[in-house]
Amino acid sequence: MLTQLTHDIATPLSRRRWLAATAGLVLGLAAFTNARAADDTIKVGVLHSLSGTMAISETTLKDTVLFLIDEQNKKGGVLGKKLEAVVVDPASNWPLFAEKARELITKNKVSVVFGCWTSVSRKSVLPVFKELNSILFYPVQYEGEESERNVFYTGAAPNQQAIPAVDYLMKDEKVKRWVLAGTDYVYPRTTNKILEAYLKSKGVKQEDIMINYTPFGHSDWQTIVADIKKFGSTGKKTAVVSTINGDANVPFYKELGNQGIKATDIPVVAFSVGEEELAGIDTKPLLGHLAAWNYFQSIKDPANEKFIKAWQAYTKNPKRVTNDPMEAHVIGFDMWVKAVEKVKSVDADKVIDALPGIEAKNLTGGTSKMLPNHHITKPVFIGEIKANGQFDVVWKTPGLVAGDAWSKELDGSKDLIGDWVGKKCGNYNTKTNKCGGQGS
Amino acid sequence: MFTNVLDRFRALVLSLLLIAAVASPALAGPFEDAVGKFANDEFSDTDEAIGAVATSGNPLAFAIISALQDGRLMADPDSKKVYVTQPDGKIIDAATGAAVEKLPDSAAAVRLNNRLRRTVEAALGGLTLLSPDPAKRIQAAQSVFKTHDEAMLPLVDEALKKETVNAARLAFTEARAAILLFKPDATDGEKLEAIATIKARGDQEAMALLTGLTGDQPAAIASAAANAKAAIQRSLALWSMVQNAWYGLSLGSVLLLAAIGLAITFGVMGVINMAHGEMVMIGAYVTFVVQETIRTSFPHLFDYSLLMAVPLAFIVAGAIGILIERSIIRFLYGRPLETLLATWGLSLVLQQAVRTMFGPTNREVGNPSWMSGAFELGQVTITYNRLWILCFTLAVFAILLAMLRYTALGLEMRAVTQNRRMAASMGIATSRVDALTFGLGSGIAGIAGVALSQIDNVSPNLGQSYIIDSFMVVVFGGVGNLWGTLVGAFTLGIANKFLEPMAGAVLGKIAILVLIILFIQKRPRGLFALKGRAVEA
Amino acid sequence: MPHVLTRSLDRSATIFLAVVAAAGILIPLSNLLLPAGSMFQVPTYLVALFGKYVCYAILALSIDLIWGYCGILSLGHGAFFALGGYAMGMYLMRQIGSRGVYGNPILPDFMVFLNYPELPWYWYGFDMFWFAAVMVLLVPGLLAFCFGWLAFRSRVTGVYLSIITQAMTYALLLAFFRNDFGFGGNNGLTDFKDILGFNVQADGTRAALFLLSCLALIIAFLICRAVVTSKLGKVLIAVRDAESRTRFLGYRVESYKLFVFTLSACMAGVAGALYVPQVGIINPGEFAPGNSIEAVIWVAVGGRGTLIGAALGAVVVNYAKTVFTSGPLAPYWLFMLGALFILVTLLLPKGIIGTFNAWWEPWKAQRISTNAESAALEDGVSVSKPNPAE
Repeated sequence: MLTQLTHDIATPLSRRRWLAATAGLVLGLAAFTNARAADDTIKVGVLHSLSGTMAISETTLKDTVLFLIDEQNKKGGVLGKKLEAVVVDPASNWPLFAEKARELITKNKVSVVFGCWTSVSRKSVLPVFKELNSILFYPVQYEGEESERNVFYTGAAPNQQAIPAVDYLMKDEKVKRWVLAGTDYVYPRTTNKILEAYLKSKGVKQEDIMINYTPFGHSDWQTIVADIKKFGSTGKKTAVVSTINGDANVPFYKELGNQGIKATDIPVVAFSVGEEELAGIDTKPLLGHLAAWNYFQSIKDPANEKFIKAWQAYTKNPKRVTNDPMEAHVIGFDMWVKAVEKVKSVDADKVIDALPGIEAKNLTGGTSKMLPNHHITKPVFIGEIKANGQFDVVWKTPGLVAGDAWSKELDGSKDLIGDWVGKKCGNYNTKTNKCGGQGS
Repeated sequence: MFTNVLDRFRALVLSLLLIAAVASPALAGPFEDAVGKFANDEFSDTDEAIGAVATSGNPLAFAIISALQDGRLMADPDSKKVYVTQPDGKIIDAATGAAVEKLPDSAAAVRLNNRLRRTVEAALGGLTLLSPDPAKRIQAAQSVFKTHDEAMLPLVDEALKKETVNAARLAFTEARAAILLFKPDATDGEKLEAIATIKARGDQEAMALLTGLTGDQPAAIASAAANAKAAIQRSLALWSMVQNAWYGLSLGSVLLLAAIGLAITFGVMGVINMAHGEMVMIGAYVTFVVQETIRTSFPHLFDYSLLMAVPLAFIVAGAIGILIERSIIRFLYGRPLETLLATWGLSLVLQQAVRTMFGPTNREVGNPSWMSGAFELGQVTITYNRLWILCFTLAVFAILLAMLRYTALGLEMRAVTQNRRMAASMGIATSRVDALTFGLGSGIAGIAGVALSQIDNVSPNLGQSYIIDSFMVVVFGGVGNLWGTLVGAFTLGIANKFLEPMAGAVLGKIAILVLIILFIQKRPRGLFALKGRAVEA
Repeated sequence: MPHVLTRSLDRSATIFLAVVAAAGILIPLSNLLLPAGSMFQVPTYLVALFGKYVCYAILALSIDLIWGYCGILSLGHGAFFALGGYAMGMYLMRQIGSRGVYGNPILPDFMVFLNYPELPWYWYGFDMFWFAAVMVLLVPGLLAFCFGWLAFRSRVTGVYLSIITQAMTYALLLAFFRNDFGFGGNNGLTDFKDILGFNVQADGTRAALFLLSCLALIIAFLICRAVVTSKLGKVLIAVRDAESRTRFLGYRVESYKLFVFTLSACMAGVAGALYVPQVGIINPGEFAPGNSIEAVIWVAVGGRGTLIGAALGAVVVNYAKTVFTSGPLAPYWLFMLGALFILVTLLLPKGIIGTFNAWWEPWKAQRISTNAESAALEDGVSVSKPNPAE
């Protein structure tokens, strides 16, 4: 086969073309790799989808990071250098997330990346961040069960959102029967698994728990809402814990409203519905349904009011809402700046070691701290939906809750901890005192 | 704890009734203190305040508590003063009843949570047993049925005596039966009668009530209850079939609505229009723009917003459709697969254009009042928006069919799709007909968007979620046949809804797709294949 | 063999193979041997990126084989690609062994936290590379065979076939999204460590994978050329152009279609298998109908029925995607991509290669005929000129 080839290309004309083609290829590559090393700025990568299905949630976070960089530059930047944002669009495509992360780190030489929303996008970029040793700040509530050296989780772990919410419903609303409804992917599956174990440990019987999964973007909720209604009509107080994601929420709430399920009968507590999502719904029929977050726009605090004002001025939209993942970026960005200033370098290893222990003011009047497991301490709020699309905080944890990387409720992870300060290990087994997971 | 709350309800109800009956003179001191607690912005204080105000016997109590329910009770945290904004806009001081000129700026509505809302609701609900409005009386009777509170019995008896409206009579009888069933000193005869009444009601709540009956009943009552439960179970199973069928019809109507425009562009013209979903999305955004304009300029017209949006969406989407046909599609006739590629590119452009213009997030489209809520037909809950969408879909279908059958344009369209060259020879301007047909299909997709905006997200991704389903419907029904699309849509909708309770939403959908694939093997040209010699595409 | 090759390789095919072979050798060499930062050094991220393009090129070839030469427009080829990818992903998952975050020696991480008591039966055997490699071909091939056997025997053609292939990939998408299905749900399979004992993230492994992908592209191309230039290929073209007539002539059309459809699915499976270790994740998103449509568009952009065009189209469109999704153009890239598709179908209906050929062939023919004419004139014989419009 090869002889045939060499024979064929050995004719003079072909050889010229072959050379030309190769030269063209090499030139093309050279043009591709002309990464200019600019030392006058510190580059910050922004890895949020601007198109595709996740653009609906992630575009705001891109704007948030740009806003934070702008504010920081007004204060003179970091280490005397201006910050420069590098924005890419991974287009809600998971392999593209990995490709763009690699591009940001190797080609654009960013010092830190703020990005990702879905768990799968984080899982997709994880090997890249480990291999190239860079830093990712991940701002969204997620299922936990992870603690990586290169990732800092500024969103809530399940014990900072789901469990306090269920506690509230149990204590304050006397809920006895539970519907765990979610979209069929990892976050709802894991959260529901944790909640189921937790509820059973509190004496809830199996027949009082109904678990239901629906596909992404599910839009016909008639049957499921009717089932919930039926499940809730046995006389025992019933609540729905919703981990329904993204676009499916609007038709779900519309169906709830139309079938006349009021919050006083069957309250729904959601973990993925915030101010941004409610902006697309008429909230009058949803009055009193709940959400659990670590931040609400309606929380009265000088820091929050200042932030909202500056944000609305920056986006030139006086109605632009704020939400929980935005606050997570605010905290994460502040922590990164403090860590960089502490070690006077943007070197990944130095910053990673400096971050645990760094404190930053959150927007609800407290001070969040980066923990050795790379999660942060956060307050937990339960809010009821108001008619204006905002939330009214009806309950909050007395202090800040430390994020657990590994759930205590799951058999696979009950002995694990993440500790990147003392043990230098993300899955340290406290039973066997070894690094390497439950099986070690 | 639950009984505790009940006790408080009862106290509240009785005291509020008292207030309503005899306006006793205002008591100074404790009442004012209680009202002041509303200003503390603590749920526990609000709870106490409700109790204290209700039992105070003050004539203002009713006004305060109903204001609290409606979010009209305003509290000023600085001066600890509380005000009631009357429904007519006048403001009074809650503690004294004195008129107030203007609310202080720092005043905010007193907050409630679900627990307090229930307390307030139950208190006011009890009051409305004697309301002049029969709908309110029925509602109140229903809530008594659920709580079957013994203390309510005299009140229910009294209401029943006066009642003239049949529906309300029934509701009171049922409420009475529920109370008697759980009343420890009721006679066996009364209880058996009560069980019969509840059995006749036959719904989920009746079932719940009977299930809640404790085990230590006399044998006759226990067996009567068991029989009643079995009977209700049977009828509920039957009703759930009806319910599934209705859900299926409703899903089918949504599918039909989404697919009907495609049945024209794809089915009749043979253009694989991947941008069809985006036409639906444009229709939904037109609805949003119409509602937004109405909200800011003519709020009283909100209930008519959809009526205005329908023709506008048709015109906008139709015009865009004609533009697309003239600028792109007309160069691609006879090459159906190329149209697929070009329209796919177009759908990307349209999506991103909408994203740039309106932002990537969902936009709010409200339900007008006539499309909100639900009514019960037997044991089936029928929501108004689904019912209207079904009617609307059938109307659109009928109009389209009539148009194709009886108008000159319809005749020309059919002529051109059946034999283009012959039609051209007969003097039909085929390119004009092409443009109009494509515009018609797009316009119908646009009005589908108006209806879908009522049940789904209005976001740039709206169209994407319907495009695959729409193609399935058209292909399943048979390309080129509108009746096929109709039957296809309803078949798929109903099959899906009967599979869903058995297999779950995801597996149900997978099963439907597999069934379609297998069905196409059996009938390679869909349910209603076009007969004739021109079978070779 | 040499006979088959000479018959199936014309000049442009040879150039194509030479360029692929050169890229397959030069890019890894430059990446490994030249010092980092040198102007001609290809950074590792580009090696992975080019590797991805090459896998897409194989997928595009497989689509061109059935669409360009047999008229079967599959809108579900992404499914075969993804199935091949999953087979490889399962092997890579099993290779992680006890290095997963839970340290379970058998179960992959997602099974540990979803409380799987033991490995599901369909995961058996994937710890062996040869088994996974067989599955990469077998699973897509078998699915394509069953699907094709049903569809072609019932004479499902044209848009009906396109739509039911779309239904197939959509059904698989929904199935793989289900966590109960045992393939990791939405998160898919990720965080791979080793392939055949080599670290998947090492530069050397990446270079080798790139070389392998180029080799696979060459082999796939040769197979496609062999098929389309053989007698079988002539029948396929006949089926494409007039299916009924071919059948009336006595050919069993469905057998030809079934063969080429299955072959194409196997090729797509191989592309998927090579793709997964290079991008580091396989997720149900690969089954999305949009992905399959996009792959068809690569073929259209490059030129349907030209093979080289399909591969070129895949690389060009994906390169454009890479460039457009970064930097200041990021918010507008969908406009450009969409416009590209519209313009190509309107202005270059034959695709890049098709248009190039339409321009190049007459010119070449003219030049050859000019040479022949001058030669003929010398011989005193007149030669009629070919009409370029034909």
